[in-house]
Amino acid sequence: MLAIYKKELKSYFINPIGYIYTGIFLAAAALICCFTTYLQSSYDVTVYFVYMMYAFVILIPLLTMRLFAEERKLRTEQLLLTAPVTITGMVLGKFLAALTLFTSTLLVSCINFIPLAVIADAERGGASYQHYHTGIVAGELVGCLVSLLLLGAAFIAIGTFISALTENQLAAAVITIAVIFGMIGLSLLNNLIDAYWLRTIISWISVYSRFGNFTNGLFDFAAIFYYLSICGVFIFLTIRVYEKRRWA
Amino acid sequence: MIKIEHLVKNYGTNCAVDDISLEISDGEIVGFLGPNGAGKSTTMNILTGYLSSTAGRVSVAGIDVLNDPLGAKKQIGYLPEQPPLYLDMTVDEYLNFNYDLKNCKLSRAEHIREVCDVVHIGDVRRRVIKNLSKGYRQRVGIAGALVGNPRVIIFDEPTVGLDPKQIIEIRNLIRSLGKDHTVILSTHILQEVQAVCDRIVIINKGRIVADEKTENITRVIENNRRFNAKICGPQAQVLSTLRNLPGVAYCEALAERDGDAITYMIESNPGVDIRKKLFFTLSNEGWALIGLEALGLSLEDIFITVVNKSDADDGPSRYTRRQKTRARSAIESQVASDLYTQAGQKRAEASALGLDEDEE
Repeated sequence: MLAIYKKELKSYFINPIGYIYTGIFLAAAALICCFTTYLQSSYDVTVYFVYMMYAFVILIPLLTMRLFAEERKLRTEQLLLTAPVTITGMVLGKFLAALTLFTSTLLVSCINFIPLAVIADAERGGASYQHYHTGIVAGELVGCLVSLLLLGAAFIAIGTFISALTENQLAAAVITIAVIFGMIGLSLLNNLIDAYWLRTIISWISVYSRFGNFTNGLFDFAAIFYYLSICGVFIFLTIRVYEKRRWA
Repeated sequence: MIKIEHLVKNYGTNCAVDDISLEISDGEIVGFLGPNGAGKSTTMNILTGYLSSTAGRVSVAGIDVLNDPLGAKKQIGYLPEQPPLYLDMTVDEYLNFNYDLKNCKLSRAEHIREVCDVVHIGDVRRRVIKNLSKGYRQRVGIAGALVGNPRVIIFDEPTVGLDPKQIIEIRNLIRSLGKDHTVILSTHILQEVQAVCDRIVIINKGRIVADEKTENITRVIENNRRFNAKICGPQAQVLSTLRNLPGVAYCEALAERDGDAITYMIESNPGVDIRKKLFFTLSNEGWALIGLEALGLSLEDIFITVVNKSDADDGPSRYTRRQKTRARSAIESQVASDLYTQAGQKRAEASALGLDEDEE
């Protein structure tokens, strides 16, 4: 598993795709941060996280589309599947590699908050007790960051699964975009529906409504559990795809 | 070393491997031979754990592939039909990845250098695989299979797409690997198995139709029963003399002429060497024998005979290794009898045509 993890992480930077992903991610993060906080003269970072979630529609497929599709196309999966590695190990290795790159870019993108903190510090003028509430609310920031991380992990698991279904990277990317967009967009649909029971169901499924609690400053354990279960289910399904193919 | 018992693999309703049983002992080089779609690759894929079998049991070095897949996979180095190369890695990176993947315990730098030396890729180790030629890529694939020093090495059509010089190199390489590994290779090139393998297993339509030591097959090939003889003399008389010679199964005059000599194709009965008798008979008659060329039987002939035969009788009677031990060399008698009937048919046709042929 470790060998596959290492190889996968390395291959992000042998291929241009890793650089493209990191570049777009950091540029988008900087722009979104700029528009949602500095230009709005606001210290509220939660809006930034909501927009980042929309950016994932494009960013996550970049990360996951080649994971299995490329191996299948180049027939290199034969090497992995005939090596003394379990299918679970192979899937986890690849998933964790994508997750590692995602986590590190997400953490790097946090440098966007440093100027915000500096400005807040200047605004307080050293008198820390007077404008105590000026600046970023640390708890909110951490909560949103954790939930965004887990949301990303869930999307990566979905993307990994879709990549395992096809040998065409482009198809994998397009389907992943559609699925992630659908999952986020479901909550937009919610505003148009009058039937209360339907809204309950949709908001129960929708990733957005779960995310909403974090932006409101709540640390929602149910949501965390929800994201982790999406991860688990799709990793399990990916393993099943490979198991099934062996028995086909 | 490898034991395959009643292996069956169905793809949907399509049966790719149909009850194959095979035992391969340590240090053997075995060639799987068969037309396209015969089930060679499928059998290999099941052996390596890439596919699972529908029924049957496969064990490698006593380890059942289903019960302990990781243990069995550790024993095997596999080069699939299309070498599984990461094109954007360098050769060194690729071999190191293989080393990690197989959880190899040998000393890393030394082992990889050894493997590179075996397949002669020491000079391209720093190059990106994408930029290598087909022959080099194939060798990198072989190197990948050798990493970890597996006891069994499986090559699926290792020489496809290589130039003649590279083919010879790869064959020599496989031969040398056979000294301390068990090697299985599949191919549809007949000379290759003849040159490389100790044992030849012919597979057709998912069944083993022949399983022989290479020497036995070579013996069949060298068992010369057909000759082209260039004889100076009146054609009709020569032909009738030859046909009356004891031990001659069939004889015909070919359209080839060399001065006043005519070429005759002579086929003897199985197990009879008629060459001396032929010489003395002709010299008694005063006809000069100016050329005698053994036609022999090519591996192609055997292959086609065996495969056609298995296509013809699709019944339950199958050729297995057990039957072979009873009849000392079943393939020999099988091919011989087939050729004998063929000769009989030709004779019948010739006599039906009367003497027309002789007057040509």
